[in-house]
Amino acid sequence: MDGPGMNPATEKNVNKKPDILVSVFDAKLHYAVGGAFAAMRGKSTVVKAVDGVSFDIRRGESVGLLGESGCGKTSMGRLLLKLEEKTGGTIHFDGEEIGAVRGSGLKKFRSKAQLIFQNPFDAINPRFTIRQTLAEPLENADIPRREREARIITALELVKLPEPAQFLDRYPHHLSGGQLQRVVMARALILQPEFVVADEPVSMLDVSVRAGVLNVFRDVRDRLGLTAIYISHDLALVRYVCERTIVMYLGRIMEDGPTEDIVREPLHPYTKALVAAVPVPNPDQSHEPLPIGRGAPDPRNPPSGCVFRDRCPAAHARCAAEVPQPKPVGTRTVACHLY
Amino acid sequence: MSEPLLSVRDLRVSYQVGRNFVHAVDGASFDIPRGSITGLVGESGCGKTTVARALTRVIAENAAITGGQILFDGKDLAKIPEKDMNALRWRDIAFIPQSAMNSLDPVYTVEYQLDEVLRRRGGLNRKQSRARSEELFEMVGIDANRLTDYPHQFSGGMRQRVAIALALALDPKLIIADEPVTALDVIVQRQILDQLKELQTRLGVSVILVTHDISVVAYICDRTVVMYAGKVAESGTMQAALTAPSHPYTMGLRNAFPDLQGAAAGILTPIEGAPPNLASPPAGCRFKPRCPFALDICGTEPPIVEVAPGHPVLCHRANESAALRIEAARTETWMAPA
Repeated sequence: MDGPGMNPATEKNVNKKPDILVSVFDAKLHYAVGGAFAAMRGKSTVVKAVDGVSFDIRRGESVGLLGESGCGKTSMGRLLLKLEEKTGGTIHFDGEEIGAVRGSGLKKFRSKAQLIFQNPFDAINPRFTIRQTLAEPLENADIPRREREARIITALELVKLPEPAQFLDRYPHHLSGGQLQRVVMARALILQPEFVVADEPVSMLDVSVRAGVLNVFRDVRDRLGLTAIYISHDLALVRYVCERTIVMYLGRIMEDGPTEDIVREPLHPYTKALVAAVPVPNPDQSHEPLPIGRGAPDPRNPPSGCVFRDRCPAAHARCAAEVPQPKPVGTRTVACHLY
Repeated sequence: MSEPLLSVRDLRVSYQVGRNFVHAVDGASFDIPRGSITGLVGESGCGKTTVARALTRVIAENAAITGGQILFDGKDLAKIPEKDMNALRWRDIAFIPQSAMNSLDPVYTVEYQLDEVLRRRGGLNRKQSRARSEELFEMVGIDANRLTDYPHQFSGGMRQRVAIALALALDPKLIIADEPVTALDVIVQRQILDQLKELQTRLGVSVILVTHDISVVAYICDRTVVMYAGKVAESGTMQAALTAPSHPYTMGLRNAFPDLQGAAAGILTPIEGAPPNLASPPAGCRFKPRCPFALDICGTEPPIVEVAPGHPVLCHRANESAALRIEAARTETWMAPA
């Protein structure tokens, strides 16, 4: 099944390169919101979508970025791909700080780090055939015309679209959601990236086809030795594709560690509530009230100290006074004054 | 079992699209017992929302109920005049639409919108209406001070609580909630479901919860109706549908879900293919093209088989379901459908 150029991981990185592919230190993404009128009334605020986030990703690792809407997971993903300029901190990709990358360097970075979009119906130009959709990145990367067709077919085979040739001249509306999401994946992979960020890639799909797309994602990642970030609000999905999970809340990391450990025994009070809230397809599940206060996180007006303290059942005086720093606890890193 | 609150018999709803008719609901039958929460589950396009809307007769302009009965309190809602139907809406049957943002008018305060329902439909006076609004807000766990707020001042979860308060305003017998928690984060989702269940038990109201999420149904529902391509594949108690699914589609769905309580190494098994186009559905069983257990006979209309009391299944092989369940648990079964 391996086509030309799509080498398995084992051949690709024979330990010559450093082990860490992505290194994030104190990354920040702050937006000013409210506009001119709010500024006139002295009411403009800063939303800290990402606020002092640090982590490393090893080559070949799959990391889930987990959290509720507004937690900064998508912003973090966009920072990693330089689709958004950070307002503080550093992000190194393969040893190079991406903030300064411009011109041809940026073009090279774009071919190495790719995004898999959430909604396949929005991510593809409806007026392009599947061939045109997949030829575009090849064109941008100056791949010679005669090589393109073979690369397109290989990419479609990789994502397990049966008889890829029959899809080339079709338009997106001829394809089902599951097929279209495979095309989106093929487009992200066609330039043989080392790093992919998948932003809720199955949230628009029906459950009966979801599993198929997830299986393709896992399979492709393993065969190409990809380093992957999987952004999701669904811990059950993250568990299915990622060995490690980073839990975010209001722009900060609450807990970071092996997914199985987090599922089995969450440490941070927020992760505890998150794990308890996931419904399971079993009628005999627990109906205990969640260990979390009501309300929703407000990115415009986060509490002082620990951003989770206003909903935390274990909050104490120190939580208001002092921002908890990430601490190693066993296999994990936890940002909480309890540890 | 006492007389069900609602009994749907062979319901048919069609949409006219150009010159074609799409039979979005093509002979659906199920019962809703009094004081129960029933999950109406299925994938997009299976007809679950159309069924839910047909029950209140609020359907698209190009749609029509073309057959069957909707028996509610001794009346056939499919036949009664529009005036009588209108009198039932909100008072007897309330509807919570898919997105609470869409059900609330952004230019009026929440109190105004509750007041409109309570006074115009419920016949309360201003003072009674105010008292009832406060009571409703307390029921769904929102501070009564916020009655004078506009919808945009509430978070997504709060708006859903307001929508629940609106649905409960006139003490209906039946609440139909269309994907009430789909757009919400998992923690808020859980809190809303807990609230809904608590109110349902306390008030003794019946709820139909329309959703694509079997886990949500498993969490909160007593019964489930599984739809596929415009038909009811099977219906029964939650316990029966999840521990002993008897339609191959339900068995397949069970394998396709990630389960946080399950083993880590488990592999998810998709159901190959996609649901059929309802403008030209396959002959016979609609699940046949994707079903690993399909036989030649499946090209003919499947019978409704009562595999257990109150557990009808639309399948030619329903009587073999115990054996098929064992087959269906194996991933290889789903790899190459017949």
